[in-house]
Amino acid sequence: MSDTDTIDAVLDRHHRNGTRLMQILRETQEQLGWLSPATLTIIAKAVAWPRAMVEGTADFYSFFHTRPLGRYRVLWSDNITDRMLGNTDLMESMCKKLWLEPGRVSEDGLVSVDTTSCTGMCDQGPAVLVNYRPITRMTPARVGEMVGLIRSETPVAKWPVEWFAVDDNIRRKDILLDHGLVAGQALAAALELGAEKMLAEIKAARLRGRGGAGFGTGLKWEACRNAEGHGAHPAHYVVCNADEGEPGTFKDRVLLTSYADLVFEGMSIAGLVVGAKKGLLYLRGEYHYLLDPLESALATRRQAGLLGANILGTSFEFDIEIHLGAGAYICGEESALIESLEGKPGRPRIRPPFPVTHGYLDQPTTVNNVETLAASCLIAAHGSEWYARHGTEKSTGSKLLSVSGDCERPGIYEYPYGVTVRQVLEDCGAGFGKCDCQAVQISGPSGLCLTAAEFDRRIAFEDIPTAGAFMVFDESRDMFEVARNFAHFFAHESCGFCTPCRVGTTLVRNLMDKIANRHGSPYDIDELFKLHRLMQGASHCGLGNSACNPIFDTLNKFRPAYERRLMSLDYEPAFDLDAALSQARQMTGRDDAAAHFSAHLPNEAEA
Amino acid sequence: MNDTFQLDGEDIPFAPGQTIMQAATAHGVYIPHLCWHPDFSAHGSCKLCTVKVNGRFGSSCITQAQPGLEVENRSMELDEKRRTLLQMLFVEGNHFCPSCEKSGNCRLQATAYELNMMSPHFDMFYPNRPVDASHPDVLLDFNRCIMCSLCVAASRDADGKNVFYMGGRGLLGRRVHISSESGHLGDTDFAVTDRAASICPVGVILPKRKGFAVPIGQRKYDLAPISEHVAEDAS
Amino acid sequence: MNAPMNVTTNANPAPAKKLRVATASLAGCFGCHMSILDIDERLLTLLDLIEFDRTPLTDIKRCGPCDLGIIEGGLCNAENVHVLREFRQNCKILVALGACAINGGLPAQRNHLDLRDVLEEVYQTEYLVSHGGIPNDPELPLPLNKVHPIHEVVKVDYFLPGCPPPADAIWKFLTDLLAGRTPALGHGLLHYD
Repeated sequence: MSDTDTIDAVLDRHHRNGTRLMQILRETQEQLGWLSPATLTIIAKAVAWPRAMVEGTADFYSFFHTRPLGRYRVLWSDNITDRMLGNTDLMESMCKKLWLEPGRVSEDGLVSVDTTSCTGMCDQGPAVLVNYRPITRMTPARVGEMVGLIRSETPVAKWPVEWFAVDDNIRRKDILLDHGLVAGQALAAALELGAEKMLAEIKAARLRGRGGAGFGTGLKWEACRNAEGHGAHPAHYVVCNADEGEPGTFKDRVLLTSYADLVFEGMSIAGLVVGAKKGLLYLRGEYHYLLDPLESALATRRQAGLLGANILGTSFEFDIEIHLGAGAYICGEESALIESLEGKPGRPRIRPPFPVTHGYLDQPTTVNNVETLAASCLIAAHGSEWYARHGTEKSTGSKLLSVSGDCERPGIYEYPYGVTVRQVLEDCGAGFGKCDCQAVQISGPSGLCLTAAEFDRRIAFEDIPTAGAFMVFDESRDMFEVARNFAHFFAHESCGFCTPCRVGTTLVRNLMDKIANRHGSPYDIDELFKLHRLMQGASHCGLGNSACNPIFDTLNKFRPAYERRLMSLDYEPAFDLDAALSQARQMTGRDDAAAHFSAHLPNEAEA
Repeated sequence: MNDTFQLDGEDIPFAPGQTIMQAATAHGVYIPHLCWHPDFSAHGSCKLCTVKVNGRFGSSCITQAQPGLEVENRSMELDEKRRTLLQMLFVEGNHFCPSCEKSGNCRLQATAYELNMMSPHFDMFYPNRPVDASHPDVLLDFNRCIMCSLCVAASRDADGKNVFYMGGRGLLGRRVHISSESGHLGDTDFAVTDRAASICPVGVILPKRKGFAVPIGQRKYDLAPISEHVAEDAS
Repeated sequence: MNAPMNVTTNANPAPAKKLRVATASLAGCFGCHMSILDIDERLLTLLDLIEFDRTPLTDIKRCGPCDLGIIEGGLCNAENVHVLREFRQNCKILVALGACAINGGLPAQRNHLDLRDVLEEVYQTEYLVSHGGIPNDPELPLPLNKVHPIHEVVKVDYFLPGCPPPADAIWKFLTDLLAGRTPALGHGLLHYD
């Protein structure tokens, strides 16, 4: 098949519809290896979009490539938990064995090795993606074998199956993970209640969004339900946010692996309530491997009459489509996610209007977290009264925590809301006398860094709201390096739309590197505070507003970790002055005293 | 038009649907801005127009005016933040005013004068950005781009051509794409008479064969500060 | 500013100790220094208030303890860095004067090129100057990999932009400083071109 035929087939499959651009680009790239200028021109013509717009999407996402790449693409997950498990050394040894610089394609076009943002395998790292398939628990031996397989050009499909094993690691179950429902049970109960009563139940249960912000799910559904569809194709939509990108979070991975029916059923219930016929599940690109199992789960539900027309013999019609992302943390923000669903770069929209009135294709849309939707099944099946008996007054129900880092049993822990941090630490094997835990980062880099004095605080909206990440750091960990890893993460993931975040996240990253490279002074710490004050408030969305949180937290709680790296009380340049003469020394062959800067000695002038 | 809100203590009347920026501009009050233009829908990206609305930060170009709002505009705190945002824009690109044809007519430069920006403050990035001379009548020098997207809006909404589109991600990736396979302006239907050819607030999009017609020192913002040009934006 | 300065004020007409000032041009074109001279007959007034240490006008080779240091030009080579550090160490107040000191200016136009390529192009490829190869005399200061504005290497207290800053701006700046006011240029005097 020629390239043009290949592209045509992909385009046909997606009805030459520009809003399907993300899927068109991904499937084309899967077959052609990369997205060449000619390919983008063909696609732009077919979907009748300006070419620059297609290119704009193609070069926004980390997993799309507008330059040729190696036939083997190895991406090392670079969350702090992967670092703590030794990914830096492993990647370095892999590069050495392959005679490769990180980020570069080998001369023969065989392989490239690079880092990527957290892939959601923190409980079983260090993790890599090879041609976008996850491999967990990397070891030096595995690196050696992998290099052999790449050199011999063994197809990834023929690599050892056990490498691709992703464990659920469920350590503690509560009402959600122990739900005991059969497929269709919750939906049948919801249909029995009808949309209005179901909505009333959700509100009475006081269900709140599990993505971290905690907005009332009932209010959201109600606003969406009450909003009028508009234009030529009025409709309502349900979107399931499975773009689980917050480093340290992996609960949705487990829900989608082993509780997919519950998630789909929650989407259907939402569809019933808001009056939608279509649901879209936005799956992060890193979870590509879940696409096939999820599709077959959908097929099973269709066969069982749980999706499609006349669901369970009623007039209710609803179906679900899965959209795959392509490596962009920002798409976890609901309006950026909608932009991405429409085939565009994931740029958070100006709000108001909010998605509940003007969302996907400008129609009323409810965007809900995977866990929120799953939880709605419990309310449908058992009623609001039963549900509200769990958890606390303001935080009903349970919460899944993704526990990783320095503990004996990383994995998924489900607790009723209100559990203390200390209790979680005890249960995961990081409690007193176990690992001398010095800090817990809750809800990922944009969340909160807690020290031992705060371990009696509670996981609940009224105290510590969280999307579920729970990263544990023992006494041996350097909290400055933790914050620096997060600073790199935000600089990489800033969408670039607004000035404070686009430039600020990189300035913060550079200042953290300056301090790490022993060029820092108290001046640089003042600069970090100043950037924090600007970015928090002036940024367009939550990413920029919270990007300095980990710096601010650690500067307040672990200031000595910064101070012991400072080189001087006076201002210092960010770069090594002597190294700044390296190229001239090389070109002139000079190595005399005047060809060097004697560090910090005064009055060496007058050569 | 009986409703008013307060801007730095002054009553500003507004019509329903107007943003704080629109109402202030119509009333002759200057709120610093770069990506906002009265003829196009608000973009909300430069954040220069950040004000405090009832004590909370917000962009005045996308915040609806409401009766009784108390809006803080030219306070020390806000101007300090704006100065930092300008410094970010100056270090992010390559802004060498002495050799730029737009100097004196440049909104970035004039806004920096208005806010007393004396230095770029941060370390310079000196990015490697392209210059495109492929078009017979127009030169593109992306060294000066501040990602305001006004060329995108003008080409799309006024010219109906979609020659430009903002793409890429992050500090180094973000850039204006040109709608041709070569990426060259010369391979598009762009014309020097397009609205997009004259919309650039800085010196990226420049007509060829026209330079230094007005000497430096006698140009628009040399004669009066940008805050005294508000009337041009009110219409 | 932390440095207490002796200035003449109306309240205290007794002749105070003169302000000691040093100036230097690093990777610049001396245009800013020409602009200093451009303050014309006001120089005489100024000389009642200040005295010069190291400057291209005095032929003093090393900067001694000064109240005020004024730097024109950015950092292009090792010697520029040495002079800048000498100034920072000796001057209570350090001022970046003009576009090149502030953002690298014209010399920084080489920053998107690799220095090795620049040297090769100039001394090995270019036909008129290629005979001797790349100069390696220890007397010559080595060029830095990249050109830097001076605030990237030392703490700078004040910036006076312009290419060059107009004489009136320099006058305003200095008189403000001498009177103990935070220098403020305002419209017309503050410009970057």
